[in-house]
Amino acid sequence: MNNMKPETGAFFPRDREMHPPAYTPWYKTSVLRSPQRALLSLEGTKSEITGPVFGHNMLNEFDNDLIANYAKPGESPIGQRILVHGRVVDERGRGVAGALVEFWQANAGGRYRHKKDTYLAPLDPNFGGVGRTIADEDGYYWFKTIKPGPYPWPNGVNDWRPAHIHFSIFGHGFAQRLITQMYFEGDPLIWICPIVKTIPDKEAIERLIAPLDMNATMPHDMRAYKFDIVLRGRRSTLFENRKEGN
Amino acid sequence: MVQPLNYLKESPSQTAGPYVHIGCMPNFTGISGIYEKDLGSGPLVNDKTRGERITIKGRVIDGSGTPLKDAMVEIWQADANGLYSSPSETRGRADPNFLGWGRCPADMDTGEYVFETIKPGRVPFTDGRLMAPHITIWIVARGINLGLHTRMYFADEAEANADDPVLARVEHKVRVPTLIAVRDGDAYRFDIHLQGENETVFFDI
Repeated sequence: MNNMKPETGAFFPRDREMHPPAYTPWYKTSVLRSPQRALLSLEGTKSEITGPVFGHNMLNEFDNDLIANYAKPGESPIGQRILVHGRVVDERGRGVAGALVEFWQANAGGRYRHKKDTYLAPLDPNFGGVGRTIADEDGYYWFKTIKPGPYPWPNGVNDWRPAHIHFSIFGHGFAQRLITQMYFEGDPLIWICPIVKTIPDKEAIERLIAPLDMNATMPHDMRAYKFDIVLRGRRSTLFENRKEGN
Repeated sequence: MVQPLNYLKESPSQTAGPYVHIGCMPNFTGISGIYEKDLGSGPLVNDKTRGERITIKGRVIDGSGTPLKDAMVEIWQADANGLYSSPSETRGRADPNFLGWGRCPADMDTGEYVFETIKPGRVPFTDGRLMAPHITIWIVARGINLGLHTRMYFADEAEANADDPVLARVEHKVRVPTLIAVRDGDAYRFDIHLQGENETVFFDI
């Protein structure tokens, strides 16, 4: 962690018109899994503004390298080698130091290493599809992986998920807890996906689409995509005088 | 025109999907050799943790009464003295043998989740009044577009529950019992109903 004073303010209210609503019947599973009553609003008590922090000592050497962390010695998974990198910041633009970022995905053919995935595309014996990392003092994170393939799913008769990587992020407070998905620039499946379209706002969807980043691309090795993640901001309390201002 | 506020907007949520286990509980789904153990799995306590040992179990149930077999449940709670193990905790140092956070997948056959933990101490509300002992719960799953926050209170804390400032906010008192875990043998049972007649109270926190 860094040496800044702990932050003790409440989080900004969540903009629930930007997030997907619970009931989105075109994403069929949401129909029986969506609460029908209104949420009860609660300003941040200690129970919400606090949250667990995780130390770098929990990480293994290859936790952020999906090309290496499941491969047999001397082998590597098949597919497009990519670097995914970016910053975890809050709504004030401040890096969220020490944020734990977990990610998971299908292989290059769109097959997940999961007993419930029965898609006929084969598993890759050198690809697990899971990784994690902890953001540095500026909120910066990165990992290496194989670009996932699209895959079909039983929703509509011919629905295909766009290529995507799932992200689970811990900020500094439990109220910041977020799970989302990253999509890839230029994928035409994005705009016809029922799960993407649970988000009511085109501009909000665009914030989940990672652009190709040629500046971070490593010549003759791997291309790069940049994906910044924004967690909720929080109020400063009167006792938190910061040299950079509030 | 006025100056722009220049705040960023939170990244929109998306469902955790049916394969959340791969990323958050890989050993549970048979992906071994990457992490020694799944993060947040196993007891929240060790031999030195202070406080009364308790077991919490329950299911997440959909609008047809069917338990979810692909949900992921996380809990966050104070230690036995009501202190959180967090940099944002300013009232004192929490029990060094208690992180206060745990994660459990619903059982793939029964849908049940289980946590071995301690009963939390009381924590003050924003105005200083003490809240009743409670555990904060976060639920994600396929079909849930944005993680759901709720709280679990304890049926054997009737007096504290009666004074709890958050439970007092529940306008329809008939819904308060949806937030209270009941004794079930050696454990507290807390079933979470996503929808319908006994719908659990969920919070915008």
